[in-house]
Amino acid sequence: MLLTIEGLTKRYPTGDLALDKVDLAVPAGQVMALIGPSGAGKSTLIRCVNRLVEPSSGRVMLDGIELTSLGSGALRRARRKMGMIFQEYALVERLTVMENVLSGRLGYVGFWASWFRRFPRKDVEEAFRLLDRVGLAHMADKRADALSGGQRQRVGIVRALMQDPKLLLVDEPTASLDPKTSRQIMRLIVELCAERGLAAIINIHDVALAQQFAKRIVGLRAGRIVFDGTAEALGADQLTAIYGEEDWSQTIRKADEEEEESAEVVA
Amino acid sequence: MAILTRADGVPEWRRRTPRADLLVWAGWFGAVALTLLCFQFISDRTIWAFVWDAPTQGADLIARMFPPRWSYASQLWKPLLDTINMATIGTALAIVIGVPLAFLAAHNTTPSRAFVRPAVLFIIVASRSINSLIWALILVIILGPGLLAGILSIALRSVGFIAKLLYEAIEEIDPTQVEAVTATGASRPQVLGWSIVPQIMPAFAGISVFRWDINIREATVLGLVGAGGIGMQMQASINVLAWPQVTMIFILILGTVLVSEWLSARVRHAVI
Repeated sequence: MLLTIEGLTKRYPTGDLALDKVDLAVPAGQVMALIGPSGAGKSTLIRCVNRLVEPSSGRVMLDGIELTSLGSGALRRARRKMGMIFQEYALVERLTVMENVLSGRLGYVGFWASWFRRFPRKDVEEAFRLLDRVGLAHMADKRADALSGGQRQRVGIVRALMQDPKLLLVDEPTASLDPKTSRQIMRLIVELCAERGLAAIINIHDVALAQQFAKRIVGLRAGRIVFDGTAEALGADQLTAIYGEEDWSQTIRKADEEEEESAEVVA
Repeated sequence: MAILTRADGVPEWRRRTPRADLLVWAGWFGAVALTLLCFQFISDRTIWAFVWDAPTQGADLIARMFPPRWSYASQLWKPLLDTINMATIGTALAIVIGVPLAFLAAHNTTPSRAFVRPAVLFIIVASRSINSLIWALILVIILGPGLLAGILSIALRSVGFIAKLLYEAIEEIDPTQVEAVTATGASRPQVLGWSIVPQIMPAFAGISVFRWDINIREATVLGLVGAGGIGMQMQASINVLAWPQVTMIFILILGTVLVSEWLSARVRHAVI
């Protein structure tokens, strides 16, 4: 197992229990979608993995290293192996695309080298190669705030890949994007994971998108895992367990149709 | 807000309840009455004969001030340069001290919210609460008259100004950009340099040139208490009632302020 989570609990100082003894294992190379209602603890879960949020108790192991007990220096080195992609892209708006991409290498270079923007040559070459892969090579010198939403998210993906990660933590990558761009971004993430053998945990609101792009789906409700299975196994009963009572027939049918459509495109 | 029920049962909405309405009117009445009372108090203690005389006196002073003594300008260039230097070096010194203070004071970058932040906030308030002119009065006594006292008094006043506005800017940054850079495995200094510094650059440039602009104006009066610059010339001219020379100084100060205003507007425009 690449990532093992055991008994992960997070209680915020306000008293809200965001995660309640969550156990989860993700093997190397697996793309997993994490679904659940707002406030179910999806964001908290992935932030507890790279400890942007400190877990209250429980253990998180990445590739044999126990992340939850690391000191700050070791944690920084461990974070390099976990790329993170954000809902609102979280690019540094006033820096250029290239600077944003190279910021993925900050964990590998010293302070003064990074302050004077002196990155190793192979980092810069890799940055150009990845920007070219996502079709943004011509934007390298533009400022991040000059890009469209889809372009920004591509830069966010490249920044995460620059870390040379084993795991991607993806927080609502499509929530700020239109349906077409959402699909393109999801396809890109899944393709890149396959190319590089990366595992990914993708938080996502859109059930149809989750079913379309992830083989495994985990449902979170009020801080507990209430569903863990394949995309096909996710039906009306399971959705009710995750989100509560609702007429799910439309949601599921829509997902099926989309799968057929994409199958046709492939054919 | 008040929702009343009319006799026919239809709900009616008013901005305030009748009682609150009455209180607001009473408040206005009280404010007007107090203003009139204060005016009467001031009026009783004014020698109105002097005030009625003011237009004549003013006209007389202006007549003595014109025409300006243009030839006096040749003696003013050096003090004017001193004034600008005082403002510029004082501002630079204030930036060097104020920027680290801002990072220590902002609640999202301070190393300790319990000890460092309150201590730095106190330094900032202390610096801001004392006017440059007062700082100059004190420093002239300690250091003796001259430019050094002027530079330091400008710096001491500006440290608080720059630190306060900058730490407010630091507290208003977008935290997700900081999160994103932290998630890459960057160290704390790298997070500072790569996610916080880029976000506060426009604010920093704006605050610095704004303070420099203010300091040019303040530096022109510091000479009145012996802290060097064109203010010393002004005091000397006023002491000997050389009004045409005072006019000449006013003209130069006005010109300098206009130029600094234009320059700071350009800088702010360029950085955003």
